[in-house]
Amino acid sequence: MNLVEAVNSALREEMERDDRVMVLGEDVGRAGGVFRATEGLQKLFGEDRVVDTPLAESGIVGTAIGLALFGMRPVAEIQFMGFIYPAFDQIISHAGRMRNRSRGRFSVPLVIRAPYGGGIHAPEHHSESTEAIFAHTPGIKVVIPSNPYDAKGLLISAIRDPDPVVFLEPKRLYRAIKAEVPDGDYEVPIGNAAVAREGEQVTLIAWGSMVPIASDAADALAEEGIDVELIDVRTVTPLDSETIIESVKKTGRVVVVHEAPKTCGFGAEIIAMINERAFLSLSAPPQRVTGFDIVFPLLKSEHLYLPSVERISAAVRRVMEF
Amino acid sequence: MNDLFKEFDPLKDKMLRILDENGILNEQLAPALPDGKVPDFLRWMLLARAADQKALNLQRQGRMGTYASLLGQEAIQLGSAAAMGADDWFFPSYRELLVCIYRGLPLSNVYLYWMGNEIGSRIPEGVNMFPFSVPVGSQILHAVGAAWAAKLQKRKIVVAVYFGDGATSEGDFHEGLNFAGVLRAPVVFICQNNQYAISVPLRRQTAAATIAQKAVAYGFEGIRVDGNDVFACYAATKAAFDKARAGGGPTLIEAVTYRLGAHTTSDDPLRYRDDSEVEQWRASDPLTRLEKYLRARQLINDNFVAEAKAEADARVEQAVTEAEAVEPPAPPDLFQYMFKEMPASLKEQLASLTELFPLKENKRG
Repeated sequence: MNLVEAVNSALREEMERDDRVMVLGEDVGRAGGVFRATEGLQKLFGEDRVVDTPLAESGIVGTAIGLALFGMRPVAEIQFMGFIYPAFDQIISHAGRMRNRSRGRFSVPLVIRAPYGGGIHAPEHHSESTEAIFAHTPGIKVVIPSNPYDAKGLLISAIRDPDPVVFLEPKRLYRAIKAEVPDGDYEVPIGNAAVAREGEQVTLIAWGSMVPIASDAADALAEEGIDVELIDVRTVTPLDSETIIESVKKTGRVVVVHEAPKTCGFGAEIIAMINERAFLSLSAPPQRVTGFDIVFPLLKSEHLYLPSVERISAAVRRVMEF
Repeated sequence: MNDLFKEFDPLKDKMLRILDENGILNEQLAPALPDGKVPDFLRWMLLARAADQKALNLQRQGRMGTYASLLGQEAIQLGSAAAMGADDWFFPSYRELLVCIYRGLPLSNVYLYWMGNEIGSRIPEGVNMFPFSVPVGSQILHAVGAAWAAKLQKRKIVVAVYFGDGATSEGDFHEGLNFAGVLRAPVVFICQNNQYAISVPLRRQTAAATIAQKAVAYGFEGIRVDGNDVFACYAATKAAFDKARAGGGPTLIEAVTYRLGAHTTSDDPLRYRDDSEVEQWRASDPLTRLEKYLRARQLINDNFVAEAKAEADARVEQAVTEAEAVEPPAPPDLFQYMFKEMPASLKEQLASLTELFPLKENKRG
């Protein structure tokens, strides 16, 4: 099963299990979503549970907040992360605050799914990866799977989570990798990073679409005799600091990889956290391999923007040679 | 009931008014209300006025933070609140003190909120409202979503949402009305058109002749009512609720009223409007109008008014005493409602704060 099928499978099974779960967004019904993530769901569950909404992102998320407040379990789809900004006010001003604002009386069990990231030769505003601005928002969880197994398990957890979750899907990986994904119920808990590859010399930290690239870099570096431990963050917030700190204490060297712009990217947060908690374990200054502080380029230039095996390997060599 | 909406079509420059400024009632349009209920309306409006004035005083004394007065808007607040059914819900903005207390929120909660104590925003079980929403207009979508859920769940309830004229410039107003129209959601939009969004007058919010007519573009009825006439406000809201409950979809009510005071205690309206304008509207004060009617019908006398005012003052003082007795939230209160379960990162941050501040459990926390 590939990643987009895993997403579809999680949605289908959760809708079967719990009739409060509903899907809403632009083109999610008859068309099955622009990436086919919701394919077939409207036929199975009807137009009341898989809803083609008017084209309005704030409208989708704002009404989904109301649906959630009134006992539904809405899963809202924003077609591309680059279009999520009209809904940002609803996410930051209301979804993330309602439990606190009502001192626990009301909560917003809402999932907002959005494909994120570049690498698929998309037009403008279709390649954004700005998870850091959501991570900076109190009251929101930010989850980014990197493989089909995690995508299904994490999405099931997100739907069952009593709080709002921004669930970012690496669209570059939607069809790039296949993996064994069990039919039926399993959860991958939110808030747990995975050690995707064990190693002794340097900790490479990545999430979402950067995990396979980082993994390729680790393979290449192994041939040079560099033993890389790769951590797949999986949940940006709440961050699993323990897994990261444990690894850094073992290796003493860190490279964080993300495709979002460098300044105030989530890599900065991870490195600050490492400095606070494991400074004396470090043998070299932590490095970042990131996108640049520029508008995500159109398709002819996107390879220049995206972190590559070469850029990651170079950064790892830098921390090894320090 | 839909006749009211046909008869008072905003596109035909119609506005529903039942009780005029001299307290004369249009018997043909008057809603069915038992005589005994109407003096109660005045009692509630007097309570709101006393509560409002007290809040302004407390703010000046430094005992309350910024406060948003409802002075002059009592008729639409009371009329609409009284028209809701027991199981109906509403989403306020931040100026709906009278709607809130009429629908069962303790006045001390309203005071606590404006005093800056978060505990005030916990809505007690059984009170069918959501907390205040300060970003302008964004709560409109929540009401549509909630009404949509009610429809899916086949619950016979209606959801109301309150906002001002400024909110009708926001995208969420348009997205909310559009969704509601498409979904035929059982929702009633109540715009308190008090003529100003802080300093900006209505003519700079919209080039449309009325706010009510905007409903037409979204495919459902709008109605313009005299917002200082409690009977018109009640009748229009009741009709809108009945319509929604019967599956007739949404309604937009524009209550034409006036904010007699400042936007909030941080605002100085002398900078942007003339006293003469305020005085003109003062003549249309909803309390005076209702009182004239009730006296003419001999439903109340001097004694009633004096007693109602004394009772209101006593309730207000009681609410202030209660609110001021509540301790501010302790550090754990600030952290514990961010998520159902506190993640490790928040536990760490809380621990760093509690090192500086001793733990103290809150009485009403």
